Amino acid sequence: MMALQHPVAEDRLAVPAILEMRGISQIFPGVKALDGVDIALYPGTVTALIGENGAGKSTLVKILTGIYRPSEGEIRIDGSPVVFSDAQAAIDAGVTAIHQETVLFDELTVAENIFLGHAPRTRFRTIDWATMNRRAGDLLRSLESTIDPTIRLKDLSIAQRHLVAISRALSIEARIVIMDEPTAALSRKEIDDLFRIVRDLKRQGKAILFISHKFDEVYEIAENYVVFRDGKAVGHGALATTPQDDIVRLMVGRTVADAFPKIAVTRGAPVLEVSGYSHPTEFRDISFTLHRGEILGIYGLIGAGRSELCQSLFGITTPTSGTVQIDGRPVTIRSPRDAIRAGIVYVPEERGRHGLALPMPIFQNMTLPSLGRTSRGGFLRLADEFALARTYAERLDLRAAALSVPVGTLSGGNQQKVVIGKWLATQPKVIILDEPTKGIDIGSKAAVHAFISELAAEGLSIVMISSELPEILGMSDRVMVMKEGLSAGIHPRAGLTPEMLVRAATGNA
Amino acid sequence: MTMTATFLKRRETLLFLIIALMVVAFSTRAPGFGNPRNLAVIFNDTAILIILALAQMTVVLTKAIDLSVAANLAFSGMAVAMLNAAVPGLPLVLLILLAIGIGAALGAINGFLVWRLEMPPIVVTLGTLTIYRGMAFVLSGGAWVNAHQMTPEFLNVPRLGIAGLPVLSWVAVIVVVLVFLMARYTPFGRSAYAAGGNPVAAVYAGIDVGYTRFLAFTLSGALAGLSGYLWVSRYAVAYVDIAIGFELDSVAACVIGGISIAGGVGTVIGTVLGALFLGVIKNALPVIGISPFTQMAISGSVIILAVVFNARRERHRGRIILRNREAEDNSSGKAGKEALA
Repeated sequence: MMALQHPVAEDRLAVPAILEMRGISQIFPGVKALDGVDIALYPGTVTALIGENGAGKSTLVKILTGIYRPSEGEIRIDGSPVVFSDAQAAIDAGVTAIHQETVLFDELTVAENIFLGHAPRTRFRTIDWATMNRRAGDLLRSLESTIDPTIRLKDLSIAQRHLVAISRALSIEARIVIMDEPTAALSRKEIDDLFRIVRDLKRQGKAILFISHKFDEVYEIAENYVVFRDGKAVGHGALATTPQDDIVRLMVGRTVADAFPKIAVTRGAPVLEVSGYSHPTEFRDISFTLHRGEILGIYGLIGAGRSELCQSLFGITTPTSGTVQIDGRPVTIRSPRDAIRAGIVYVPEERGRHGLALPMPIFQNMTLPSLGRTSRGGFLRLADEFALARTYAERLDLRAAALSVPVGTLSGGNQQKVVIGKWLATQPKVIILDEPTKGIDIGSKAAVHAFISELAAEGLSIVMISSELPEILGMSDRVMVMKEGLSAGIHPRAGLTPEMLVRAATGNA
Repeated sequence: MTMTATFLKRRETLLFLIIALMVVAFSTRAPGFGNPRNLAVIFNDTAILIILALAQMTVVLTKAIDLSVAANLAFSGMAVAMLNAAVPGLPLVLLILLAIGIGAALGAINGFLVWRLEMPPIVVTLGTLTIYRGMAFVLSGGAWVNAHQMTPEFLNVPRLGIAGLPVLSWVAVIVVVLVFLMARYTPFGRSAYAAGGNPVAAVYAGIDVGYTRFLAFTLSGALAGLSGYLWVSRYAVAYVDIAIGFELDSVAACVIGGISIAGGVGTVIGTVLGALFLGVIKNALPVIGISPFTQMAISGSVIILAVVFNARRERHRGRIILRNREAEDNSSGKAGKEALA
């Protein structure tokens, strides 16, 4: 591990940093999200923060915007230590953030959105609309935009909303601007506009922290970089003197050890054949074949269309074209009910929101998609329900006081087991796992991996979406990489390296 | 936790004890209040509220609300009363089935608007509340149907005593049993809980949430239609404004009985006890000399207390979820790599 005692870039000693973070750690129960991180931001300079999902980037942003208070370390602005006790304190200190998903209000006007919470007031303490609209117009014009500040936000395009979000961030006198994946939802043309704004901010002497996955953008706009891995800052320096391969290596770190218990399975007959599958906005022309006992990993950046593809296969959204075959027979899937009947099930990423009815007992959650099998003559048979739930609770080693307690009382790992159990109980042919181990503790994680592998060995076909390289490389027989809604190739595991996947997903060969 | 402790902690048990305590307390002020014959009278007085509260419960469980139940009751009641007055020869069974059918049709209209046009239930039923009352006015021309215009059979059947209780009470008992079985032992009942408990997860589990709501509204309407006949025959009169404001009593019974307005939580027993709680208060306060206006204030206060009580329970549950989510956010992506190292 490289220690970073002096984060100040050597050739920049002349210019003092606006903001310095020294030895910042953030400890949550059981997890060290950030571990002794040092970062320095300089006036008129863009510093890129690079790292995999879960490397600690968002935690850092939350510390800088006053949402978390770090467990250890100190933040200095202009050399003097500061403590951000809440979000307002960070704003007062001149830190502003433009988030990945902009939080704006559809029914309010552009000007109201920009000045919400700090609107200019008249001497009677009422909102000074004239001043507010004028200042909003000034801000937008400084971004070379002609958006009318008096129209409602809902009438704007995504890119225009983004400009409003940026204006909002700039409406407070900020010296430090954090941009958290600002280009995720933008087209190339819009990105160019955004970069013009960034250069403008640079000229005004603001310090910018630019978080992005995309190397081409990073090299285009940033001067310095910091790479995070597993909550540690593992490298920093000037981009001009650092080749991209070095950064990829820093980001990925060690080579993947054989810690994942994927049992070798001889590939069986094709089970699921998808061809030319397209959606109006989310993905285009996806084709793949999944065999019996196979695990197909899907890797890609957030927003690459992975979940959308799988949700469509599960009948949540309807594709515009393409065919799906199960065991060689074409099937039409228009609803989750059709998918379940065809033998395709989907274990969602967001268990709480998509997977479970938390107030309902465990056994009722488990049998929800299988009510047809646990009822006779239109009446549910509680004995059958409990038997079904018990079978899968035992198989998954579910820890619960009783099967009749509400699912909401279980731990995250056990909730995940209920979700998986619920889908296995439908006796599917294909199971789609969306980030199956996101947010669960280490013990449960290993158990989930072992279990997935076991299922494949029993002949179940599995599609696994994951953003974690070790998981993708350790568990998959083949990996499909998705980039901007397109398939960027399907690769067998043998010979696949983390660097290859990252390059395919970020579109930089 | 032992069985007894769990049983005592249930809100149904608590509510039952509170009702029992109220009866005992009222008995000290009004002797005879607690004797079985008076309790039977109270139950009979509350029978229609119980049926309507169960109708409301079915809808509320699916994360919706039916404000049109009382207007539906008024229209269905008016329709069968007028038909009985116009054609006295029609058999009573036919009239009752007709009341249920009309109610179900009106409920289905609500359900259709919520399901197919995806309109918010509160807006739909606020609209149909006035429409159904208006229809009752148009149908009757504002005229009353009085006792002497209805057949004796139409008026008397609900009053017949069977095994010590009037038929009206028995009808309520049968409805309670049927709704209990439906909620607990049918795929529809389970779907209703799931649709309200987490609509998104319900969709993912292959449940048609919109259709489930449609069925709930239809059932609610059918029970409101049945209540229409029972009301008209019990009070021996039908006019446009019968049971006005009664939809709020049905919502109140649900809330007091522990049905979450957010959907997915609550039991039939709770709803019945919630209705009985209101019934006991309504019957007791005049006996101990408290004005109807004070009664309304007391009912209102109880409803707010019940909501506070519910909210506290919900918050407790919420805290557990939040803690998990926080841990998820923070450990996300980390744990796997540590396992690997």
